Amino acid sequence: MKRVALLGMPNTGKSTLFNRMTGGAARVGNWPGITVELLSGKILFGGDMVELIDLPGIYDIHGFSEDEQVVRHFLHGNVPDLALIVLNATQIERQLSLLLQLKQYNLNMVVLLNMADEAKKFGITIDTKKMSAALGIPIFLLSAKYGNGYQEALQAVTKALRYNTPGMAEELRSQLEQEVHIESEMARVLQHAVQVPARLPDNLTTQLDHLMLHPWLGLPIFFGIMYLLFQGIFFFGQPLQIGVGDLFNWLREVAFAPLVASLPALLQGLLLDGIYNGVATVAAFAPIIVLFFLFMAIVEDTGYLSRAAFLMDALMARLGLDGRSFVMLLMGFGCNVPALMGTRVMRSRPLRLLSMLVIPFSLCSARLQVFVFIAAALFAPRAAALVVFSLYLFSFAAAILTALIFKRHFPNSEPFVLELPPYRFPTLRQMVLRGWHEVYHFIHRASKFIIIGVVFVWLLTHLPTSAVPAGPDTWAGHIGAWLKPLFEPIGITAELTIALIFGFVAKEIVIGSLAVIYGLSGQALSGALALQLDWVQAYSFMLFTLIYTPCLSTIATLRSESKNNGFMLLSLGWSLALAWVVSFVFYQGARALGY
Amino acid sequence: MQTIISSEILTSLVPGESAIIVAIQTDDALRQRLLALGFRVGKRVELIRKASFSGPLQVRIGTTDILLRRNEAAKIAVEKS
Ligand SMILES: Nc1nc2c(ncn2[C@@H]2O[C@H](COP(=O)(O)OP(=O)(O)OP(=O)(O)O)[C@@H](O)[C@H]2O)c(=O)[nH]1
Ligand SMILES: [Mg+2]
Repeated sequence: MKRVALLGMPNTGKSTLFNRMTGGAARVGNWPGITVELLSGKILFGGDMVELIDLPGIYDIHGFSEDEQVVRHFLHGNVPDLALIVLNATQIERQLSLLLQLKQYNLNMVVLLNMADEAKKFGITIDTKKMSAALGIPIFLLSAKYGNGYQEALQAVTKALRYNTPGMAEELRSQLEQEVHIESEMARVLQHAVQVPARLPDNLTTQLDHLMLHPWLGLPIFFGIMYLLFQGIFFFGQPLQIGVGDLFNWLREVAFAPLVASLPALLQGLLLDGIYNGVATVAAFAPIIVLFFLFMAIVEDTGYLSRAAFLMDALMARLGLDGRSFVMLLMGFGCNVPALMGTRVMRSRPLRLLSMLVIPFSLCSARLQVFVFIAAALFAPRAAALVVFSLYLFSFAAAILTALIFKRHFPNSEPFVLELPPYRFPTLRQMVLRGWHEVYHFIHRASKFIIIGVVFVWLLTHLPTSAVPAGPDTWAGHIGAWLKPLFEPIGITAELTIALIFGFVAKEIVIGSLAVIYGLSGQALSGALALQLDWVQAYSFMLFTLIYTPCLSTIATLRSESKNNGFMLLSLGWSLALAWVVSFVFYQGARALGY
Repeated sequence: MQTIISSEILTSLVPGESAIIVAIQTDDALRQRLLALGFRVGKRVELIRKASFSGPLQVRIGTTDILLRRNEAAKIAVEKS
């Protein structure tokens, strides 16, 4: 099968084009370094099946950060039959340098000047015919996002797959290895083919940045935006979650209970109170997940992440981190795993490790589910949203404290240089794709280890059969009693302890486990929790859940990205210890104050 | 020797001011990255704004906006015209 690779600088729209060509769901975002791994898909080109590969962006062919290594590795390992060089048409003046460097490799290439829509808006004109003649490579102008020029480009790609472009003379190629030659070559190509206005028109981006990056207002606006987003998720998502939960309860009564009525009691219990209750309680969070990732997709695509890096870099520098580490913390709000992988853009290993040490404290969407549920069960509606927001602040605080303590051990002097893309807005298609993708992941996880998890919890809380379910004589009861000296001082009950043990695997299981332990789901479970716990215990439990460990996938990623078991253990041990101390201080402090 | 008396560093510009890059005095790795982002001798660079608390600078070269720390900016010599 022929292979076609997408190459270009970061944030030029390679993944957007990949999605358009393959119908795939590669992650897209207005941030240089969203893609850090190879991703391949298959498409039909003029009757032949072709493998299309989306690669991380590279600035030049000399780069040595992990994401750039992925590309070098790819190019050296197996030369693709065709390379599609994706350049940002609005920045053609500088991005041409990468194209000229890549010409040395004698690849069969087609150049795609993306973001034609923006180029037009900025008043940039490019004569692709002249440029193509000057370079000896087919060049097309298109917009991967909106589709203009896409068909023509596709035809050219089909043609180029059939006929290789002739290679360059050896001497020309070796000349291009020198920067001076590249510079004069750039000047030659641009001279007649490209016209850029001397001053860009004062556009929306400039005006918005006046406000968003304002010396004094910038930070308050940032926190204001965050506050509103999370309020929004809570305000719209929580009623939906309750609604879906009620729906599942109703389904249980009218459909599933009658279905299994003839089975033996123990099996019935496992199926209904175990699997059904557990999974239904977790599945009820699907609307919150969709909502959350819709917001996330919008934030990521607007380009605001780079603004956040600008605003926070001064603070981050004092913590031994940089603006990009902060952006990864924000990305971690979705899921810690891609955020950890996103640190590949950092060249300095100590900086990368320190960033990876703080990212697991980022309050991910799975932990959000636990907090939404518990906060809604134990606090008045107004207070509940504030409680969840306060946990986000704790999440930052844990990250900051960790960086302060460990920065001496991870000294680095990595320069901080980052491009600031213009503001953009995702299309409806992009948002739906992202939302769907995340829900698919969520259901995928739910159907796999959440089922396994709740089955285990059910068995632990119902065996031996002689014991009262979830009572002190069950296996779970024994485990709870054994761990009591550790958890009693932080106000965490035996039931919650069992949920925490399973929450180690994935946070989605925590609420599912509680449903199984109490034999209740949805609103009934909230009621039972409210009866058994007071708010101090509940908050202590949430603090512990926030800090103690993200999930097994995160731990596995920490290991694979750092390639160091010791580092993974350090991260794990530190978060467990910190979680206990924070919960202890909070719980005992609150009790001492008379709460 | 050439006269470099009139040259200053990028950090000395005030927001809204622009200048021509005359030298990039960094190690190779950073230099490569800066070249790719459009920093080249002879190019005009405009300082857009500086972040508070001695945070990074936002500069514009052609159609690209770039953030960089003051440390890094101090390694770029410019000439006001
Ligand atoms: N206006 C406009 N925006 C586009 C176009 N193509 C992509 N974008 C946007 O540009 C940003 C970057 O797109 P990606 O597809 O993630 O870019 P990438 O090249 O894969 O980036 P990395 O994976 O970080 O290297 C996103 O905000 C896209 O929505 C286009 O043709 N026009
Ligand atoms: Mg990408």
